[in-house]
Amino acid sequence: MEIIYSSRPALAILVSLIGAFLILLTGERSRNLREFWTVLASVVKFSIVLSMAPLILDGKVIEYTVFSISPGLSIQFKVDALGIIFGLTASFLWIITSFYSIGYVRSLKEHAQTRYFVCFAIALSATMGVAFSANMFTTFLFYEIITVCTYPLVAHKETPEAIRGARKYLTYLLGTSIAFQLLAVFLTYYVSGSLDFKYDGLLSGAVVSGVSKTLLTVMFILYMAGITKAAMMPLHSWLPAAMVAPTPVSALLHAVAVVKTGVFVVVKVCLHIFGINLLTQLGLGTALAYFASFTIIVASVIALTQDNLKLRLAYSTISQLSYVILGVALLTPSAITGSIMHITLHAFGKITLFFTAGAIYVATHKTKVSELDGIGRQMPFTMGAFTLGALSMIGIPPLGGFISKWYLSLGAIEANQFPIIIVLAASTILNACYFIPIVYAAFFKEPATNPDPHHHKHENSHKKFHEAPALMVVPLVLTAIGALILFFAPTFFLDMTRIALKSVIGGN
Amino acid sequence: MISDQFPALIIVFPLIIAFFINIVGWWWKRPCFYMSMLALSVSFISAVGILNTVISKGTIHYRLGGWEPPWGIEYVVDHLNALILVIVSFVGLVVGIYSKKSIEKEISEAKIPQFYTIYTLLVMGLLGMTVTGDAFNLYVLLEIASLASYALIALGEDGAPLASFNYVIMGTIGACFYLLGVGYLYIVTGSLNMADLSQLLPNLYHSKAVLVAFAFLMVGVAIKMAFFPLHIWLPDAYTHAPSAVSAFVAGTMTKVGAYVMIRVMFTIFKPYFSTEMLPATTILGWIAAAAMIYGCILAIAQKDIKRMLCYIIIAEVGYIVMGVSVGNRMGFTGAVLHIVNDAFMMACLFLVVGAVYYKTGARTIGEYKALFKKMPLTSGSFAIGALSVIGIPPTCGFFSKWYLVLGAINAQQWLFAAALLVSSLLSAVVFFRVLQNIFFAPSESAHGHESETHVEIKRDEAPASMLIPIFITVAGILLLGAYSGQIISTIIQFTVPEGF
Amino acid sequence: MEYIIAKYNYWVYIVLMMIGFYAMIGKRNLVKKLLGMNVFQWAIILYYVSIASKKGGATIPIVMGAHGHYEPAQAIQYLNPLPHCLMLTAIVVGVSTTGVALALIIMIHRRYKTLEEDEILESLEAFRK
Repeated sequence: MEIIYSSRPALAILVSLIGAFLILLTGERSRNLREFWTVLASVVKFSIVLSMAPLILDGKVIEYTVFSISPGLSIQFKVDALGIIFGLTASFLWIITSFYSIGYVRSLKEHAQTRYFVCFAIALSATMGVAFSANMFTTFLFYEIITVCTYPLVAHKETPEAIRGARKYLTYLLGTSIAFQLLAVFLTYYVSGSLDFKYDGLLSGAVVSGVSKTLLTVMFILYMAGITKAAMMPLHSWLPAAMVAPTPVSALLHAVAVVKTGVFVVVKVCLHIFGINLLTQLGLGTALAYFASFTIIVASVIALTQDNLKLRLAYSTISQLSYVILGVALLTPSAITGSIMHITLHAFGKITLFFTAGAIYVATHKTKVSELDGIGRQMPFTMGAFTLGALSMIGIPPLGGFISKWYLSLGAIEANQFPIIIVLAASTILNACYFIPIVYAAFFKEPATNPDPHHHKHENSHKKFHEAPALMVVPLVLTAIGALILFFAPTFFLDMTRIALKSVIGGN
Repeated sequence: MISDQFPALIIVFPLIIAFFINIVGWWWKRPCFYMSMLALSVSFISAVGILNTVISKGTIHYRLGGWEPPWGIEYVVDHLNALILVIVSFVGLVVGIYSKKSIEKEISEAKIPQFYTIYTLLVMGLLGMTVTGDAFNLYVLLEIASLASYALIALGEDGAPLASFNYVIMGTIGACFYLLGVGYLYIVTGSLNMADLSQLLPNLYHSKAVLVAFAFLMVGVAIKMAFFPLHIWLPDAYTHAPSAVSAFVAGTMTKVGAYVMIRVMFTIFKPYFSTEMLPATTILGWIAAAAMIYGCILAIAQKDIKRMLCYIIIAEVGYIVMGVSVGNRMGFTGAVLHIVNDAFMMACLFLVVGAVYYKTGARTIGEYKALFKKMPLTSGSFAIGALSVIGIPPTCGFFSKWYLVLGAINAQQWLFAAALLVSSLLSAVVFFRVLQNIFFAPSESAHGHESETHVEIKRDEAPASMLIPIFITVAGILLLGAYSGQIISTIIQFTVPEGF
Repeated sequence: MEYIIAKYNYWVYIVLMMIGFYAMIGKRNLVKKLLGMNVFQWAIILYYVSIASKKGGATIPIVMGAHGHYEPAQAIQYLNPLPHCLMLTAIVVGVSTTGVALALIIMIHRRYKTLEEDEILESLEAFRK
C-alpha cells in the first residue's frame, strides 16, 4: 500500500476550528456573517475530504504526524478507506445541517446562537479527528473532545430538563470512557507497547506471544463498554436523554456524528486492534453479535411504545447502530461490507427523519406521533421526505437502506448464523411497525379537530398548506433524495468498502 | 561569569531585595510591588539559566563560600531541582503580577509593603529548599518558607488567624520531625551533606537509628506536603488566605514538599532502602490511593469553591506520591510530570477563583451561577483548568495521568490504577457541577427562547493585570500538554533514580 | 537499668517532647498550645546539644591560653561544636515561630476576645451564618 504524506487530514480538522474561532469573533454582531463562516467552513472541509478520496480509491493511504509525545503515544493521522467513508458522510451532512440549523435557530429565535454554532464546528472537527486517526490515543483524544463540546449543545435550551438530560449524557459518556475505554487503552499499550491501528489487528499475535485469553477478553469487554457512543444496551440511556437538544443537534450529532463515531470506533477496534483472526480465536465475535442482536430487537420494541416522535427516532437509532456492530461482529466479508455501508446509508436516512421532526416542530409545535394525523396534507414535502427516510430505515428498495440490509443478511449466511437472519427479519418488521403507521396517519387520516391550546397562530393549521421555512425543507428533501440516489449509485461507496475490506482481510 | 553564580543568586537576590522592600515601604508604598517583581524576575531568569546549564552540562555543584563539602554547604542542582526551580519561580512571578490588584482589595493599605516583603521571602524560601544539597540548610529554608506562609495566610479573611495558628502548630511539628530525622542521621554519620550521607548510610541501613531517622523524615515531610492523613491544616489555611497567597502556595508549597520527599527517599537513602528493605513504598502507595479517593470525595461535599479546590490538592498530592511509590520508571516520570503540571493547574484554578471573588465576591458554587455571561474569559480558563484536573487530553493533566496509570499497571498494582481512574471520575463529578452552574444556569421558564425577559447580564471581566496571569497559566497547561514528550525526554528521564 | 541511665538524655528529651506534643494537641487554650510547641522545639534542641558531648570530660570548645601559640588543638578534649551551631539556628527559628504565633494570638484575641479554641470556632460559625 503506497503511503502519501500530506497535511490534508490535519487541514480538514483545522478548517472548522478556524471557523469556530471566526464564529466566536463575529458573535452576534452580524448574524449573516457568522452563518457564512459556518457554511464556508463546512464546504471547505468537505472539499478537502473529497480531494483525498480519489487517492484512497487508487489504493493509497495518506499519513500525517502532528506530533509525537513519546514512543507509541503520538497524534497521528492516517486516511484510509474506512475513514474516508465516515469523513465524507459527516462532512457532507454538516453542510446540509448548517443550512437546516440556520433555518431552525432563526425560526425559533433561539438564544445563545453563537455558542451553538461554535460548538457545532468544534464537534465536527473532532469527528474528522476520529475518522482520520491512526492510533487509539488520537482516537481517544478526539472522542473526549466530541463529548465535551457536544455537552453545551445538548444543554442548549437551559431548561431544567435540558440540564438534567445533558448531565446524564455527560455522565454516561465521560464516565464510561474514562472508566472503561481509557483502561482498555492502557492495557493495550501495556500488552503490545503501541496503540497504532494495524490492518491485520494490533493484537493479532497476542495469543501466540503468550498474553492470556482472559486479559484479552477483559480488554474487549472494556472497549465495548467504554465506547458508549455506540449506544449498545445496557449503556444506551444517554441517547434518549439527549433528545432534549434542539433538533439539528439531534439530527447531526446523534444520528451522524456522535453515534457514528461510536460505531466507527467499534469497527476500528474490532478490525484494526483486535483483528478478525483474534476475535474468531477468542469467540468474541459471536458474543458481540448476540449482544448487538439483543439491542436491535429490544430497542425496536421500545420504539414502538414511544409517542414522542424524537424519542421514537432515538430508539430507532439505537437499534440501527447495532446493525453496524452486528455486521462487524459476524466477521465475514459481506457482513463487514454491510456494516460499513450502513454507516452512510443510515446516516442519510436518519438525518432526514430528524430533520422532518424538527420541521414539524417549527411549523406546528407538535412533538407527538399521535398528533400527526393528516399532517401530510399540510406539509407534503416534509412528510414525503419522511416517507423516503422511513422506507430506507425499513430497508425497502429503491431506498439505500436496502443495500446494507442485503449485505448483512448475506454476511449472516456466510457466517452460518441463521438466528441472526431471523433477528434481521424481525427487526425489519418492527421497523415497519413503528414507521408505517406514522406515514399512514400523516397522509391518510383526518387531522384532529380540536386545536392545541398552546398555539394561537394555527387557524390555518387544519386546512391549508403550511410548510416549514425553506431553509429547513430544502435540506431534508436533499437528504431524502440522497438516500434514494445511494441505492441507484452505490458504486463509489461500495468500492471504498471493498478497499477497506481488502486491507483487513487481505487477499481473501 | 554571572551565570556560574546563578544558584546563589536565585536565593540571595530576593533575600536582599526583601529587606529593602521593607525599608522602602516605610516611606513610599508604590515601589514595593515593583521591587518584589524585580527580585522574582531575577530569580526566574536565574532558574532558567540553571536549567539550561543542567541540560547541557549535567549536575551543577555550587559551593557556598568555596568551602568543600562536607564542611561547607553545597548547592546541588540536577535535572529534578532545575525543573522545580523554574516552575516555582515562574508561578511566583505570575501570581505576583496577579496579586497587585487582588491584594489592594483584600489587605489594608498599610500592610502592603510587608506583604511583598514576606511574599518575596516565601518564594525565596521555596527556591532555597529546592536548590540546596545540605540537609540542615533545607530545614532552615523550610522554616523560612513556612514562617512566611504562616504570616501571609493570616492576612486573609475572617477565620484566617485561627487557621494560620493551627497551621503554625502542625507545621512546626512537621519541621521539628524533619529536624529530628536529620539529627539522627548526623549522629550516625557525622555529616549533613546529602551526597555525603548517601554514601555513608548504606553500611548503616540495618541500624535502628537510621530507621528512626527515615521514619521521622518521612512523617515530617508528609505533614508539610499535606499527605493524607496529615493534611488537616490545609483546607482551613488555604481557604481563608488571601486569593493571591492561596494561588501561590496551592501550586507550589505542597509540590516542593513532594520534592523533598523524593530527595529523602532517593538521594539521601538509596532507592532499594525504601523499596526492598522496608515496605515503605507499599505503605505509601496504599495511603496515596486513600488520599486520592478521600480528597475527591470530600471535594464533592464542599460548597465553598476554594475549599473544594483545597481537597483536590490533597488528591493531587496522592497522585504524586503514588507515582513515586510504584517504583518504576513510568510511575516516577508520571510523578515528576505531575508535580510540574499540578503547579500550573492549581495556580490557574485558584487564580480564577480569586478573580471571581475580586469582581463579584462570589465564593460558593451556588453564587457562580451564570458566570459565563459576566466573565466569559475567566470561566473559559476555569473550564480548561478543570479539564486538566480531570485528565482530558490535550491538557497536561492527561499526560501525567497516563504515565501514572501505566506505571501502576507495569508494577502490577491494579488497585492503584483503578483508584486513579476512579478519582478521575470523581473529580469529573466535582468539576462538572461547578461548570454546569457557570455555563448553564437553569432558568425558571420551560422554553429556552430568546424573546423572554430576563435580566441582561453585562460583561464585566476581571482586570487585565489579573487576566493575563490567568491566561499565562492556561497557556502553560496547554503547552505543557503538547510538549510533554520533550519535557520528558530532555529533563525528566534523567531524574529517574537508577535501578528503576 | 544501665540502658536507661546511660542514655538519660534520650529519655529526657522523649518525655519533654511528649509533654509538648500533648499540650499542642490536647489543650484548648491557644497560649497553652503555644507553650506546648515551645517545649516540643526546645526538647529537640536539648537533644541535639546533648549529643555533642563526649566521654572523658570534654570541655567547651574554647582553646585555653591559645593566644599567641600555634599548637593544634586536641579534638578529643573539646565538645563537638557543630550541633551547637546548628542549634543556634534552630533556636532562632524557634524564637521566630514563637513570635509569629504570639502575633497571631494577639490578632485573634483582638477579634474574638477569647483564646479558647472552641469559643473561637463558635463565634466563627455564628459569624458565617
